Amino acid sequence: MTATEVHGAGARLLTVSGLDVEYPLKGFRRKPFRALTDINISIKPGETLGLVGESGSGKTTLGRAVLGLAPVTRGTITFAGQDISHAGRQERRKLGKDLQVVFQDPYTSLNPSLQIGDILAEPLKVQGQDPATARKRVKELLDQVGLPVDAVDRLPREFSGGQRQRVAIARALALSPKLIVCDEPVSALDLSTQAVVLDLFLQIQRDTGVSYLFVSHDLDVVRHISHRVAVMYHGEIVEQGPASTVTRSPEHPYTQRLLLASPVPDPDRQAKRRDERHRLLAAQRLQEASGIPA
Amino acid sequence: MSMIQPAELVGQTGTVVRSHVVKKILKNPLGLASVIVIVFMIALAVLANVLAPFDPNFANIGKTLAGGDTVNLLGTDSVGRDVWSRLVFGARTTLLSALLCAAVAIVIGLPSGLVAGYYAGKFDGVANWVVNVLMALPGIIVLLTVRAALGPSVWISMVAFGILMAPGYFRLTRTAVQSVRNELYVDAARVAGLGDTAIISRHIFSVVRAPIIIQTAVICGVAIAIQSGLEFLGLGDPSVATWGVMLNEGFKNIYLSPLLLLWPALAIGLTIGALVLLGNAIRDALEDAEKIKAPRRGSGTAQETLAATRHLPGRTSPAAVEAGTEHHLVKVSHLGVGYPQADGSIKKVVDDVSFHVDRGEVLGIVGESGSGKSQTAFSILGLLPDSARIVAGSIQFDGKFTVAPTDDRVSQARLGGYRGKRISYIPQEPMSNLDPAFTIGYQLVTPMVRVLKISKAEARKRALKLLDDVGIRFPEKTFNAYPHEVSGGMAQRVLIAGAISCEPDLIIADEPTTALDVTVQADVLDLIRDLQKRLGVGVILVTHNFGVVADLCDRVAVMQNGRLVEDGDVREILRNPKDPYTQKLLGSMLEDKEPMTMLVSGGMGAAQAAARDDDPDAKEMAL
Repeated sequence: MTATEVHGAGARLLTVSGLDVEYPLKGFRRKPFRALTDINISIKPGETLGLVGESGSGKTTLGRAVLGLAPVTRGTITFAGQDISHAGRQERRKLGKDLQVVFQDPYTSLNPSLQIGDILAEPLKVQGQDPATARKRVKELLDQVGLPVDAVDRLPREFSGGQRQRVAIARALALSPKLIVCDEPVSALDLSTQAVVLDLFLQIQRDTGVSYLFVSHDLDVVRHISHRVAVMYHGEIVEQGPASTVTRSPEHPYTQRLLLASPVPDPDRQAKRRDERHRLLAAQRLQEASGIPA
Repeated sequence: MSMIQPAELVGQTGTVVRSHVVKKILKNPLGLASVIVIVFMIALAVLANVLAPFDPNFANIGKTLAGGDTVNLLGTDSVGRDVWSRLVFGARTTLLSALLCAAVAIVIGLPSGLVAGYYAGKFDGVANWVVNVLMALPGIIVLLTVRAALGPSVWISMVAFGILMAPGYFRLTRTAVQSVRNELYVDAARVAGLGDTAIISRHIFSVVRAPIIIQTAVICGVAIAIQSGLEFLGLGDPSVATWGVMLNEGFKNIYLSPLLLLWPALAIGLTIGALVLLGNAIRDALEDAEKIKAPRRGSGTAQETLAATRHLPGRTSPAAVEAGTEHHLVKVSHLGVGYPQADGSIKKVVDDVSFHVDRGEVLGIVGESGSGKSQTAFSILGLLPDSARIVAGSIQFDGKFTVAPTDDRVSQARLGGYRGKRISYIPQEPMSNLDPAFTIGYQLVTPMVRVLKISKAEARKRALKLLDDVGIRFPEKTFNAYPHEVSGGMAQRVLIAGAISCEPDLIIADEPTTALDVTVQADVLDLIRDLQKRLGVGVILVTHNFGVVADLCDRVAVMQNGRLVEDGDVREILRNPKDPYTQKLLGSMLEDKEPMTMLVSGGMGAAQAAARDDDPDAKEMAL
């Protein structure tokens, strides 16, 4: 496959246009399952695009399609001017330097039988770095994510969830990538750990200028970390724009419901928000019933 | 850092103690015995040349069927061959042939299982078909055929038997690989650009290693049994000394010299037994938790200090609660919960927790993972694991003790009368709390018939009414549905219907909305609030989300590392938290924060803040 320069995408690091993802279903001549329909997003260097939606909305699938872990049925994914919609193993290996991932579950995203040092050195070895350089880089990485240097010889099970997620972030940072796909990276963490890890993501972006595709179901998290936000619903993007607009005064009925559904930590303000939500739901039901397109 | 605090006797104390696999095997008496037997047999085989005074086939025609003496330790057989020498050389041949069998089986089964499990697709289909055919073949008949066609060699028959044993390895490997093929760390390796060979050898092979070792111990035993069986029938190679050939020889002369049969039979029996027991010991060491003897409450040093300092309100008459507290629906006083460890110490997960809940009141217990909030809730429900011990304090429900101050366990007899009837439970994971094999209706009706002693028809009517009450639009349809046919939010509504079905006084909800989408969470919270108001029940809501607390609770208790750090009115705690930990938790909320700003680190780098932070769940995971 040859690298094709996409016209006008010079300033964009990642462009996804007209993307469909379908999974074939078992059975003769059955219609495949359509996970994503006509997705158009783009990310500039140093920018964070937050992707928010409920479970089953396809937000994780979009991240996996960018990483080459989900099948691209139609449309194109362009990364740094190169079409990677159907990149092969060789191309992916080269891409591994610029495109990395942090998964949701810090308990299954690290191989339980490998030491932290080996886990972090893996991407370095794939890119052909010699062991001495790799060791030095691993130490730098541990320092960068705030883990002690003696973590090198320890196993994942000796660390807590938050610490494991820092190991996963360090692994993603190992090759100084341009884009990190973060798939619900703080959802499995405790509140105070979540705050620490979000700080770490922001600090790394300030220091290295990396871009994030940040997938989360939590509107508050997405608002906090994103420059722009895209809202997914039933495999489609229903709304996207600057973070403050989308997460504070949304236009799409689903985003409006989502915003008012997340409870605030004060009984009286929460009671007010609850009433607002009930009013919104009633209004939306009325609208639906009278046949006005939402 | 919570773990480097001075060693006070508060909060969660004690550490999880683990021992190494090899140590565990040697500690197990059967494991130790089997290791000794196998090492002894291997030593015989390796040192055969030194230990045996004669060649195994050297025949002294002048001295047949002799008893043991200084020259022939165990005597001689019918052609005057030394039994001891044959036994020792037989060990070598027998063990080597068993190893050959296992090696052939592994060489065929392991790689094909890895490939079939990892890639699936066509190879998997074909390989499965071949395996099914191989497993359908009658082993002994195949071996007899092989012997007839290729001659009586031990080695050939063991290669053939190895091929017949390969499907076992294939299936074992394939299943293990399938279970990790889609693990996230394999995906991460793919993203890093690792080739398939590297992924299999680095990330996948490690999961099959342990089961393969166990399987091999068993297969070696089976190989020795089959081989000896064939040779006993006279189908072996008489020119090679093996235990089976000796068995055959001994059987022919059983009336002349019965001891000839004893020695090989003993060797075979011991070796096979040891191999099977070793397999079991390895499995136990890898899979089972250690058996821990729990000291009783009030005995042992750790308890003595606790008991001495502890205020025991009910010591004189354990059945009576403290006067003036009977009106509380639930009262937990100075509760401590611990897990005994292998070294005799106790790992405490809940320490000195006291609170109460009145009728019609909602108490929120807030904390992070590992704070002991679920353990506290479970001790009220009596659902702690068997190994858990109440090390201090008491729990009373409606004026009667469910855990008296001297109990070291929750009394199932006392709680049995309350649970389901007066105390009910809403779990965190709605899907895993419904049995997939029964319809939702059946799972709602059965407890009602049991607890309320009403007829099935009446219970059915009530169940439909309950489903309607919890906001399910088509109760009849949901009643007849199986759990997999409804969504997560719907399943949680069903469980809430189940929780209120027997008109309880107290509902314990353990993170009831954590597994749900935000919009569904809001609906479920609405439902719980409405039901609580309407039925006037007391609710203990365990959660990590302050938004949920603000939405539902009247009072809040904040837990950290097994201790209650602060409790009080919900407005007071959320607006003016006194304890630094509560302040830190509330400070971590993202609501009302300036986007793109540091949450905890302020001026210093995030990495430094991260380094200072020590996650409380570090200890909890080890449980």
